[in-house]
Amino acid sequence: MNYHWNWGIFGEQVKGGEETYLDWLATGLGWTLAVSLTAWLLALVIGIAVGALRTAPSRPIALIGSAWVELFRNIPLLVQMFLWFFVVPELLPQEWGLWVKQDMPAKEFVTAALCLGFFTSARVAEQVRAGIGSLPRGQRDAALALGLTLPQTYRHVILPQALRIVIPPLTSEFMNVFKNSSIAFAIGVMELTFQARQMQEDSEQGIETYLAVTLLYFICAFAANRGMAWIEARTRVPGLIARTS
Amino acid sequence: MIEIRDLSKAYGGTPVLKACSTTVAKGEVVVVCGPSGSGKSTLIKCVNGLEPFQHGSITVDGVSVGDPKTDLPRLRARVGMVFQHFELFPHMSVRKNLALAQIRVLGREADEADARGLRLLDRVGLVAHADKHPAQLSGGQQQRVAIARALAMDPVCMLFDEPTSALDPEMIGEVLDVMVELAREGMTMMVVTHEMGFARQVAHRVIFMDHGEIVEDAPAAQFFAAPASERAQGFLARILHH
Ligand SMILES: Nc1ncnc2c1ncn2[C@@H]1O[C@H](COP(=O)(O)OP(=O)(O)OP(=O)(O)O)[C@@H](O)[C@H]1O
Ligand SMILES: [Mg+2]
Repeated sequence: MNYHWNWGIFGEQVKGGEETYLDWLATGLGWTLAVSLTAWLLALVIGIAVGALRTAPSRPIALIGSAWVELFRNIPLLVQMFLWFFVVPELLPQEWGLWVKQDMPAKEFVTAALCLGFFTSARVAEQVRAGIGSLPRGQRDAALALGLTLPQTYRHVILPQALRIVIPPLTSEFMNVFKNSSIAFAIGVMELTFQARQMQEDSEQGIETYLAVTLLYFICAFAANRGMAWIEARTRVPGLIARTS
Repeated sequence: MIEIRDLSKAYGGTPVLKACSTTVAKGEVVVVCGPSGSGKSTLIKCVNGLEPFQHGSITVDGVSVGDPKTDLPRLRARVGMVFQHFELFPHMSVRKNLALAQIRVLGREADEADARGLRLLDRVGLVAHADKHPAQLSGGQQQRVAIARALAMDPVCMLFDEPTSALDPEMIGEVLDVMVELAREGMTMMVVTHEMGFARQVAHRVIFMDHGEIVEDAPAAQFFAAPASERAQGFLARILHH
């Protein structure tokens, strides 16, 4: 192989610009983190709410929850990204659509974070529903029997237990968010994958570029994993044998 | 205190309770027994509205349970319930288990709720364990905490669903002792149990259920001396044989 290795490439200036390639990757990492963390926050809030709704005693409410989950988990993520970017603005009332297309700040970022957040929320909701389902039914009865309302029962008794149970499966969802965020490049978010392609074309040092980007994604996913493990340890209930799932 | 009239309930097409009627007067202790699947749990869960029912009526302290206008959480706050599997909240310390509903439902201040909780823990002999979590206690201790948790709400009556049947034999006594004391203090109690010793000691009446029906409803002495129905006789013979 006649490849010319150059690990010094990261410190070099980009063609026709002041910044270095390292600056490009740093910007990319910044956007990857911004998209992923925003999406994850959204996914947690919506996913917990929808997961809880799916276990509600009322049929219509539970159905709304199922519809949400099926909608987001049966369409490929890349297609969802394009739908949000190209189709949804057209479906909005005309003035809003115009605003989204022309004036909305950080349009690509907002679209990508919303899309990835909703997509992941469906997966979080499934985990949360399963977690709630694994609790003994007596816990709900006991809370209601004390006079707690149904929302109070979820808030103080059911969700705190269900969320502890689902930390391990949620860990892999959190790691997936970082990996899936790479799809945001398709609508022009200048995240890691986007910057990597640009650097590869500009510098013609593709191998170094993609090895560096691989390492950065790896670090993100690994940090997500460690962070969740830390939360799991912090919230462990004394006396309960750790449940393995 | 508790008045059950013509109560019927079905799951899908299968009837689980058939025209059950009985009353529990203030200060009365009524034991409910009967074979597995006869509807005992369903009956007492109807009393605090945990199970909906299709026909008949239940009133607790003058409040109709089946009336859609009834504020069920408020009613339930006044009816203590103790479960077969304790159902303490495993993620909370014993102290917090006792305080939660006092604060959230009765609106008591945290200090007041905590003090009330500790007094009741003392009464069931468990103050030393206030800061432990349920999983760190034995079954008997957990059930005593569960009784204390129900009492912390100052209930007007107490429902028990087989409170000792999930316990190791050596722990049954400590739980029954607490219940006997409660009965002697005049608490209105409806107790599903097969502990006939407890029934003889404190029950005023015994209800025998079979296939969703109240087959027999008699003063305790009479029930044990000479059960009227053959089914109750057979049941007693089997259960006392052990
Ligand atoms: N959620 C449910 N769906 C359908 N059938 C049910 C349900 N819960 C209880 N049943 C049925 O209702 C009947 C009465 O049940 P219940 O739990 O009240 O009996 P029990 O007398 O308490 O029995 P055990 O001594 O086993 O606790 C049983 O035949 C049971 O199979
Ligand atoms: Mg039962």
